[in-house]
This record gives sequence, structure tokens and C-alpha cells, in this order.
Amino acid sequence: MLHTWAIAAVSLAYLGALFGIAYWADRRAAAGRSVIANPLVYALSLSVYATSWTFYGSVGRAASDGVGFLPIYIGPMLAAVLFWVVLRKIVRISKANRITSIADFVGSRYGKSGLLAGLVTVIAVVGIVPYISLQLKAVSASFGLLTRYPDVIAPSHAMVPILADNAFWVAIALAAFAILFGARHLDAAERHEGLVAAVAFESLVKLAAFLAVGFFVTFGMFGGFGELFGQAAASERIAPLLVPFGKVGYADWMWLVVLSMFAVLFLPRQFQVAVVENVDEDHLRQASWMFPAYLLAINLFVLPIAVAGLIRFSGGGVDADTFVLALPMAEGHQWLALFVFLGGLSAATGMVIVETVALSTMVANDLVMPLLLRYRAFGLARRADVSGILLAIRRGAIVAILLLGYGYFRFAGEAYALVAIGLISFAAVAQFAPAILGGLYWKGATRAGALAGLSAGFAVWLYTLLLPSLARSGWIPPGFVEHGPWGAEWLKPYALFGLAGLDTITHSLLLSLLANAGTYVVVSVLGRPGPAEQAQAIAFVDAMRREGGPVRIWRGETTVDELRALLARFLGRSRADDALAEYARSRGVAGDALSAEPGLVEHAERSLAGAIGSASARVMVASVVREEALGLEQVMDILDETSQVIAYSRELEDKKLALEAATAELRAANERLRELDRMKDDFVSTVSHELRTPLTSIRAFAEILADNPDTPADKRQKFIGVILKETERLTRLINQILDLAKIESGRAEWHTEALDLGELVREAETATDALFREKGVRLATEVAERLPKVDADRDRLMQVMLNLLSNAVKFCGRETGLVRVRVTAEAGRVRVDVADNGVGVAPEHHERIFERFRQVGDTLTDRPQGTGLGLPISRQIVRHLGGELWIESEAGRGATFSFALPAAAAGRHET
Amino acid sequence: MHDPSATRARLVALFLLGAVLFGYPVLAVFNVPASVFGVPVLYAYLFTAWAALVVLVAIVVRRD
Repeated sequence: MLHTWAIAAVSLAYLGALFGIAYWADRRAAAGRSVIANPLVYALSLSVYATSWTFYGSVGRAASDGVGFLPIYIGPMLAAVLFWVVLRKIVRISKANRITSIADFVGSRYGKSGLLAGLVTVIAVVGIVPYISLQLKAVSASFGLLTRYPDVIAPSHAMVPILADNAFWVAIALAAFAILFGARHLDAAERHEGLVAAVAFESLVKLAAFLAVGFFVTFGMFGGFGELFGQAAASERIAPLLVPFGKVGYADWMWLVVLSMFAVLFLPRQFQVAVVENVDEDHLRQASWMFPAYLLAINLFVLPIAVAGLIRFSGGGVDADTFVLALPMAEGHQWLALFVFLGGLSAATGMVIVETVALSTMVANDLVMPLLLRYRAFGLARRADVSGILLAIRRGAIVAILLLGYGYFRFAGEAYALVAIGLISFAAVAQFAPAILGGLYWKGATRAGALAGLSAGFAVWLYTLLLPSLARSGWIPPGFVEHGPWGAEWLKPYALFGLAGLDTITHSLLLSLLANAGTYVVVSVLGRPGPAEQAQAIAFVDAMRREGGPVRIWRGETTVDELRALLARFLGRSRADDALAEYARSRGVAGDALSAEPGLVEHAERSLAGAIGSASARVMVASVVREEALGLEQVMDILDETSQVIAYSRELEDKKLALEAATAELRAANERLRELDRMKDDFVSTVSHELRTPLTSIRAFAEILADNPDTPADKRQKFIGVILKETERLTRLINQILDLAKIESGRAEWHTEALDLGELVREAETATDALFREKGVRLATEVAERLPKVDADRDRLMQVMLNLLSNAVKFCGRETGLVRVRVTAEAGRVRVDVADNGVGVAPEHHERIFERFRQVGDTLTDRPQGTGLGLPISRQIVRHLGGELWIESEAGRGATFSFALPAAAAGRHET
Repeated sequence: MHDPSATRARLVALFLLGAVLFGYPVLAVFNVPASVFGVPVLYAYLFTAWAALVVLVAIVVRRD
């Protein structure tokens, strides 16, 4: 016999033990040896997803739909596969922005919108209240059932006074525990290690209890799966459950998978354990298979228990939702029954505690605080220490939420099975999906879009799910559901616009998500995000790309003391000091050397955001920062400044390059100067040498004549001839050197005129006629008709021609020599070729012969036949006139010297 | 070599595999009144596929 007081005492003792675990974990965390910092504990804490709905309700659903209960777990299992992809991004963003609830997340994403965060909070509270009432209902029902042990009699539905209703006391007890676990003190990061440890432990207990009853039923009551399912298949009533599709629609199945996928990501309590309480991002990696494994284990025996219950209680009279507890009771295993009760209690309390803590954070930060701060009548904005008030609001919110849950349970909940209530809540939470998923990946989403979408989806959900559930409970005339409001059939909440034939949940989900996502996208596309929204959009969408927190565009001024005072008001003196010290440490400066730089302001805002939500934190920080309102214009200004800085740095870069180029040029010029210097030295020594040769010869002959006065006349005559010739050569040499120096230095005088090259060539021919005849070399001249004229200095050009002709003669064989001169016009130029059939010049010497004093040939055996300056001078002259002089030749095959000059402007027109 | 994007791609692929395994029409194939080793086919299939997916995910996330 299990007495009521004994069960109550065991329950309280169990909750006390939980609190002990939480206390121990908190102490460990304070000592820096966290017990929750491992992926297994993380995965177990995620399993707060499995509530008493799972524990009792799944079996109830399985008893009517077979595996139809499973989509609620397949969805999360599939979502878990993507934890590393999607949830990790949410965790990363939340950590960077100190986001502490899902309302905060949505508000923060759309430009730290307080309005949006408030709306999300309202939706969450309204949506979750039925879910909490479901837990109360489960605990109270199982408690009521267990107290009647060993009889399996469902508690009566008769109304009892509130104070005699055990569900009321359950609600009060849970509120107390939720406050103990989650709202004992304020934490800037809103993390509760103890809470997580307790929840993880509860996950173990509920799994163990469910597996225990599963093993007992399958292998104790029946001889294993074979026998159990054998009997089921033989029963006309149960056999259809094993082939449920047909009764369970594939579309309904799919929508439930989608719905629960959203739920596991966006339920406030899941957000709390998965994101806010996350210790290390890397835990998600292991959780993505551990969590599905947990779900698999806890669902494995659902169908066997349901089937066993249907067989065992074939007479009916026992609610399938209580099979888990009723089976061990009916078999007389009271300790197992007690253990199962504790498992169910674990599932319920874990959910209620985490959910109310998460919701109370949202209510306090995103609903109450913004209102209190906004309305000066409360005087809150001026109070020195608000942290006490903040805590009181949290605690009040927890109690209020649980009482709301109790109210729903008492006045509406009895009409429903556990699963149906839970799904109503899921559908409400699914409304967050477009705003959050869109916000994670779409920068163009706007606050207006999110507001409109959420409102539309929430309205459809209210109309198609919540109102009918109240109508069913008799609070609204039932005709509203059956015939629509005012008899308008097309407005029937379960078949809106005549959309009949779907499960009520699928129907509501389909319409609400359609309205939600549609409005969200359309309004976003039609509008434009403001500057603050854009900044947050970038911080969220590109969260995985950037290191560190979001870049904040900020202008304003404040002092460290003002920030310290602000923090102290909300966090208390010591936590405020801690927060500032933490920042000082991270920047590597002494605490008293802090300056009120943008980074510090941002740090302060994030610390505050942990306590009062990002929207309120922004308002409060703005109140002390005297921040300039950051409109589009200011942002543009800042951008302008930035681009100017960028432009300056580009300019500097350019200047640097220019300097480098100039340096290189200077270096080259220097090299060239040295080279010229060296060349000058060479030149001087060569010139001296060249001058000495004729001088030596002149002196030698002059000495002979002086020493021998009796030299025969003919010999004397010959010697004097040599002296004269050498003197001439000397004069010529000096003239040429002067000439070259003049041309090179640019001091030569040029008398440019339009010249006919043909005429010039013929003159040169006449001038060298004697030379040719003396050596017996033939000269053939060929001048093209209608030659254009060239702009040139007649005397200089004649000098070039004479030089080329005399060179040609010089290197031709006596009597066999032939020199061809050709004057032609080509492509805007006039070209003169002087070709001989002499010894020629080897290709390797082609350039050297244009160097000064360079005479090709064996200088030892051949007497130098020129000054060695003719060709260099000629090339200088031709170049000065804008033309080019070059040689084509091979050794032994004669040489062709050519030069070409540009045709005079007028002449070119003539051709 | 550790390649984060490859892990992500594999996980997305597994997610899609799961969506196929636990959706129509695959489920319709197993929605038959038969049993393997005394266990109904549908029930056995769902949990076997589930376990397989868990193992695959574990392999993928542990690889790097």
C-alpha cells in the first residue's frame, strides 16, 4: 500500500536530491571544475525535450495510432544531424552578443528591437502555457493513480476545490524549485550550471525508469517481442496499429516531423539548454549523435508498452496515457511503479523548471523591464540599485507562468489527451522558424517583415488552434467550432477557407506558417532595413566568417564611472566591478587605467544584456553614453571617413611606389655616369694614342731631315711628303674629335633644309670620283624616281655620304672592287644603301665598328686606314636627323651600310 | 586533413538521407502486416534505420 503522504514525501525527497545535485554542480563550477563541461552532459540536458508528454503521452498516442507517435522524435533526430551546421551558428551568435533567450535572439537580429522581442515573448508565453499545464496534468494524474494502488482506477474528473487539488500543490512546489534553481541570483551570462546538471540527471532517471518498465513489460509480462507482437497481431483490435499508415496520413506524418524539428530548435527551454547553457561549441558535434541515440532509446519500448496495455486492459476503463504506470501497478510491482512515477516526475519537473526559467527571463527582460524603464512614473530609471527588483520580477514571472499553466489545466486541459496539448504549443513555437532561420541566412530580412510575419502566424494559430481548444472546454460556444463564427462555414477554425480533411495540427501549421513566411518575405522585400538592422544582419548572417564580436559603429562619450554606476544598478556593485575588471584583463591594461572607449561601452552593454536583455541594455547604455543618434547620415559620414582614410593610404602607397621608381632611376643614372666617366678615360687615352702615332711619325722624319742635311733631294722630298700627309691626318683627327664632341654635347650648329637625297648622292659621287678612279673601283648609282625630300643639314649629310663611300673604297679590292649606291623611298622614309664587295664585317663586329676608334682587323699587321671616328660621327649625325644607320654584312662577302631618314612632311604628301 | 566544410556537407547529406528514410514513399514500402523475428516490419525498420543514422553521424563527426 502506497500512502499519499509517502508518495509526496518520496517526491519531495527526490526533488531535494535534485537540488543537492544542482548545489554541488554550482559549487564545482565556482571552483572552476565544471561538471557539465562535457558533451554527454550536454546531450543529456538537451533531452529535456522528452517531457511527461513523451513519458506518458507517447504510449497514449501509440495505443491509437501505432508508430504515429514517432514523428515528434524523428524531427528532433533529423534536426540534431544538422546541429553542427545550424545550431552552431546560433550558439556562436548568441555568445558573441550575450543573448540569453530566444526573444532576445529575434529582437537582437532585427536591430535590437524591443517590440519584436516583446512579441516573441508574448507568443512564447501564450503558446507554452498549455504545455506547462500538460506537465501538471501528467504529474497530478500519475500521482492520483498511484495513490489508489493496488487498484488501477483513473482519478475522477469531478471538480475539487483548488486547495484540495494536488495539481495546484504540484504547481506551487515546481514554482518554488524553479526559483531555487534558476532565479536565486542574477548572472550576467544567465547561465545555470546547477540547473543543467540537475536536468541531465533527470534525463538519466526518466530514461532508466522508462527502460525498466519497458523491459518488465516485454520480458516479464510477455516472453519477449515475439510473443508480445504475436498476440497483438492475433487481436483484431490491435493488429491495425502495426500497419498504421492509412489511418495516419503521410502528409500529417511529414508535417509533424517538420513541426517537431522547429520545436527542438526554438522551444524556449531547448534554446536555454542548447544555446544559453552551452559551455563549448564543440559539444554540439557529439550531441548530434548522442541526442538522437537518447531519443531512440526512450522510444524503443513505447509501442510494446502500448500494445501490452491494450492486451492487459482489454476491457477498457484505463486511460492509455497512464499505461506506463498502470501496467506495473496491475502486476503488483509497487516499487517499480514508484520508480516509474519518479521517472515521470523527472520528465515533468525538468521541463517545467527549465521552461519557466527561460520564460521568466524573457518576460522580465523583454516585457516588464522595457515597460518599467520606458514609463518614468515608476522612477526605475533613476533608482540606484535595480538588481533586487529584477530578481523579484523573475520570481514573480515564474510563479505567474505556473499559475497560468494551472489555470489552463483546470479550465481547459481535461478535454484533451497529453499529446494534443503539447502539439498546440509546438505549433506556436514553430512561428519563430521563419524569422530565425531567415534571419540567420538572409540579410535582406527586415524588422517590419519579422513583426508582420510573426503577428500573422500567431493570429492564425490563435484562431485555428487555441480558440477551438477553449471552445472545446466550454468557454466559447461550441457552435464556433462546428459552424464557424456567426454561422460562416468558411471561417470554421478547423477548416478555414474550406480546407478540410487535414489533421487539426497539420491544418493550423500549414496555414499559420504560410501566412507567417509569406508576410515575412513580402514585407521584407517591399521595405528596406535601417542602418541598425543592417549592422545586426551582417553580424548574424556572417557570424561564422568573422572572428570576435560584431563591429559596432558607435559615436558618443561617457566616463568609466558612469558605466560602472549603470552596471552596479542592475548587477550589483561587486558584479559590476568584476565585469569591468574582466574587460581590463582582456585588454591587458590595469583596472584604473581603463578609458571609456567604444569597446568598453560595448562590453558593458553586453554584460547588461545578460541581465536585462539586449533591447533594454541598449536603452540603458544609451542613457549614459550621450550617444549621437546614429541615423543613416551619420553612418554614411563614418563610411565617408573610412573611405577617405582608405584613399589616403592608397595615395601613400602610390607615393611610395613613385619614390621607389625615382630611386631606381637615380641609381641607373649614377651607373650611367660612372660608365661615362670610365668611357671618357678610355677615350682620352685612346685619343692620346691616336694623336701620338702621326706625331711620332712626323717627328721621326723631321729628325732624319734635321740630322742629315745632305739627304738627297728626292728622298727629302719624299720625307716631307710623309710629314705633310701625317700632319693632314693629324688635323683631320683633331677636327673629327672636336666635331664628335660638338655633336654629342648638342652644341653643333645644324642648318636643316629640305634636301633631295638623290642630288646629294650624285654630288658625293662627283666628290669621290678621284678616289674611285685612283683605286680602280667601279661605282654604280641607282636613284629612284620622284623621291620625297628629307629635312636635313646638307653639309653633315654630305659628310656621312663621303664617309660611307670612302670606307667602301677603302675595303674594296684594287681593280675588282664594285660599290653600288641605291636611293629608294620606303614607308615614309628615304633609304640609302652603300654596298661594296670588299672584305665585309663579321656579325659579331656589327655594333663594335660604330664605337669610337674601333677598327676591325688585325691592328698589328694592317696599317690603320682611318681615324676610327668616321662611323661613330656618321651614326650620330643620322640619329640627330631622326634616322638610323646600320650595317648588313658577313665576313668575306662585302658589306652594306644603310641609312634611312624620315621623309619631310610635304614630301610625304607627294608620295 | 581536417576540412570543416566537408564535415558540414556530409552532415547535410545525412540529413537528406534521413528525410528520405523517414518519409513517403519509403515508409509505405514497410507498412505491411508482416514481421521479422516476431517484430512488425515497420517497427523494426524505423528503429534500425534510426540506429544506422546515429552510427553514421557519429562516424562523420568523429572523423576529424
